[in-house]
Amino acid sequence: MPDDAITAKAGTMGTPPERSPSQQRFLDWRRKLTDRLATGFAVLMAALVVAPLLAVFTYLVVRGIGSLNLAFFTHLPVPVGEKGGGVANAIVGSVMILGIASIIGVPWGIGAGIYLAEYGRGRFAWLLRFTADVLNGVPSIVIGIVAYALVVLKQKHFSALSGGVALGIMMIPTITRATEEVLLLVPLSVREAAWGIGVARWRATLSITLRTASAGVITAVMLAFARVAGETAPLLFTAFGNQFWNLNPNQPTAALPLQLFVYAISPFDEWHRLAWACALVLIVLIVGAVAAVRLVASRGMLQGAS
Amino acid sequence: MRNLVEAFRFPQQPKREPATGAPAAQAIPLIPAKASQTPDYVFSGAMLFCGLSLVAIVVLIVIELVLQSKLSIHAFGWSFFKGINWDPVSGDFGALPFIYGTVVSSLVALVIAIPLSIGVAVFITEMCPKPVRGTISFLTELLAAIPSVVFGLWAIFVLAPLLRTHVQPWLAKYLGWTGLFAGPPFGIGMLAAGVILAIMIVPIIASITREVLTAVPQQQREAVLALGATRWEMIRIGVLRNARTGIVGAIILGLGRALGETMAVTMVIGNTPQIAKSLFAPGYTMAAVIANEFTEATGDLYLSALVEIGLGLFLVTIVVNILAGLLVWSVTRGMPARVRA
Amino acid sequence: MGVGVQVEKLNAWFGATQALYDVAMNVPANHATAVIGPSGCGKSTFVRCLNRMHETVRDARLEGRVRIGSMEVYGDGTSATEVRRRVGMVFQKPNPFPTMSIYDNVAAGLKLNGFHNRRVLDEVVERSLHMAALWDEVKDSLKKKSGASLSGGQQQRLCIARALAVQPEVMLMDEPASALDPISTSKIEELIFELKEQYTIVIVTHNMQQAARVAEYTGFFLMGKLIEFDKTEKIFTNPSDKRTEDYITGRFG
Repeated sequence: MPDDAITAKAGTMGTPPERSPSQQRFLDWRRKLTDRLATGFAVLMAALVVAPLLAVFTYLVVRGIGSLNLAFFTHLPVPVGEKGGGVANAIVGSVMILGIASIIGVPWGIGAGIYLAEYGRGRFAWLLRFTADVLNGVPSIVIGIVAYALVVLKQKHFSALSGGVALGIMMIPTITRATEEVLLLVPLSVREAAWGIGVARWRATLSITLRTASAGVITAVMLAFARVAGETAPLLFTAFGNQFWNLNPNQPTAALPLQLFVYAISPFDEWHRLAWACALVLIVLIVGAVAAVRLVASRGMLQGAS
Repeated sequence: MRNLVEAFRFPQQPKREPATGAPAAQAIPLIPAKASQTPDYVFSGAMLFCGLSLVAIVVLIVIELVLQSKLSIHAFGWSFFKGINWDPVSGDFGALPFIYGTVVSSLVALVIAIPLSIGVAVFITEMCPKPVRGTISFLTELLAAIPSVVFGLWAIFVLAPLLRTHVQPWLAKYLGWTGLFAGPPFGIGMLAAGVILAIMIVPIIASITREVLTAVPQQQREAVLALGATRWEMIRIGVLRNARTGIVGAIILGLGRALGETMAVTMVIGNTPQIAKSLFAPGYTMAAVIANEFTEATGDLYLSALVEIGLGLFLVTIVVNILAGLLVWSVTRGMPARVRA
Repeated sequence: MGVGVQVEKLNAWFGATQALYDVAMNVPANHATAVIGPSGCGKSTFVRCLNRMHETVRDARLEGRVRIGSMEVYGDGTSATEVRRRVGMVFQKPNPFPTMSIYDNVAAGLKLNGFHNRRVLDEVVERSLHMAALWDEVKDSLKKKSGASLSGGQQQRLCIARALAVQPEVMLMDEPASALDPISTSKIEELIFELKEQYTIVIVTHNMQQAARVAEYTGFFLMGKLIEFDKTEKIFTNPSDKRTEDYITGRFG
């Protein structure tokens, strides 16, 4: 449908108004100027967007890299005032919490994605997709409250498990939508080939269709993982944090972003230093995952499916 | 017609050797002949369960939020959201300062983020030379991957001092008459929260705007160019105007994200439950108060009040996200999952 | 040995649109039967009804009776998977499993159905590739090359080998050579010639000369109805129905 502005312009094009040559030159100059200004504005905006990114990275590296020594990765936090110490327990704790989150979120998310791609039909599937998007937009702190109510209240103590539940719930919608997308990219002919040789539908879905789309699914899982790896808010009152080692999922556990937060808002310079180092480690991991995903995607997510 | 068959049939060929090991007439079956349908039903049932659980989770969220905030709802009713006192000591809880803080910080963020995002999106889709395009869009995506708490850290130690020493004095000097930039420049405060929020929501608004702009058919652009328009005029008339709905949807989506942001905000907003006109003043948002006080909450009413704030936050973000989703879906026919990660 | 296929009063729908009207046919065992007709006449639909692929389409519906040997294809106790293990299908566009090697492609039907004996699998794969006249070309790279890296004609023969590995009794071919070059086409036709010995073959083709070359029996479909079914020679030299004659002589279609 042609835009009304275009037709309006076209209508007025027929009979140009009376203008002196100098008037016309001015108008032309003004249009050109506007064009240049707009271009410049857009470039400026792009630069202003990229600038904070570079700034954040620069500061992280500058302030954080000095603190990245072996002790940082292997020692426990030391009491205030003492130098040194590390975040080993937070790293291990993060791994545990994220592990629990993945066990909950990944199969569930892939299952929902399989449903939407292979079995969903019409209105109902549309509703599920929409719900997934809505769930994606729920603030992480609210999910934390729900995990608190579901797990912490029942257990009467904080735990890595409750943190994992919160993060797992957050992973589900991302994995679902992405899995659905890559499964739909697998052509019908591949499925028909599997059905045609007498492979049961469930087996065909798992061993053929999902396998063909596996690169895309792994990408989706990594992206969801990277997203929740940096989440702090839901862990504040689920995993809660811990100054010491903890390998028991039923106990409060330290996590890297949590530790970062505690250090950052503290009044101690030594802790601020550690905060920068934590941030650097976190960023390297997350950005590494995102960059790796981008690399895989650009080489063709479905190398086999076409 | 008579001898089509003869015309086209192969001449009788000598038989090729039979394939080695031609299967015996009744070959021993290697796979079972009988195959039950039950595994299929079980599997599709399990997948359905996973799908339905999406809805179940949302319902569960609502239930738990309502259950845990019952105490507070009974105690204060609707006036909870109009009360301006947040006094844990006396047990008087009112959520208005947080609502105010959430709204104002998000608005400030939007004011800053909208021109930035649309500018970047227009730049990438319409103006950027091809080789640079990938890099810029990659960098924008990278911005989206940085966790909130890292932004908060940077905001405390870099942004806030920057605001305090350079930006706020300038604002107070030239725009102080508006009343928005009054009071001592701490650096920390509503303005800092708004700025860091803006940085965080730009990638979302920008990437959806990009999708929407790319969805505008090429003919629209060409039609306007054919009338002799400059490039900017082409963008303004042929692209932006057509993408209006989607862009509004993108903005609302960014708003939804800003409303729920917790960590970066709580690290720089000052965490003071007050309503002040000046952007220099410290404030508090709904998400920030929950983050800060949840584990310190003494007493069931306190906790319940916090959960009720969470319920309010949830409802607001749901409505905003549904609205945004509908707007964006109407233009792009379903949002690709890549964007959300 | 192949078995015969009996079709009685077969009606099929896509949603509200009827695609097949009261089709009845007796496909003889160990022979090749061609199914010809103009575009859209229902020949593909008919063949897909024989191995219950028709029902995989949304809103597809079917009534009637199909028997393969002694098995009721649409009987209450019969699952689609069972039927498809006895009836192999080769599709118009070759569709090897893209992420699997040649070996895995051929063995897929057995492996995915629970059969894992390595030695026997090797034998079956070799045998199937021989029967599909592909063994000599791929025997050195069975596990190294992926199914999708072969040429079009080779891919189609791979699909035939894959179907044969499951030891079906009936082979359905839906325009198996229409996407291939003439040399591959003639190789496939030679294949069909040989496979007839052990299998019952139903081949859909829009190429009348192909039907004449390959099949002993032919069925002519028009607008969802089976107009005529007889020995190929008779259909092409002395058809009983005027519509058949019109199609054969090229007056339409």
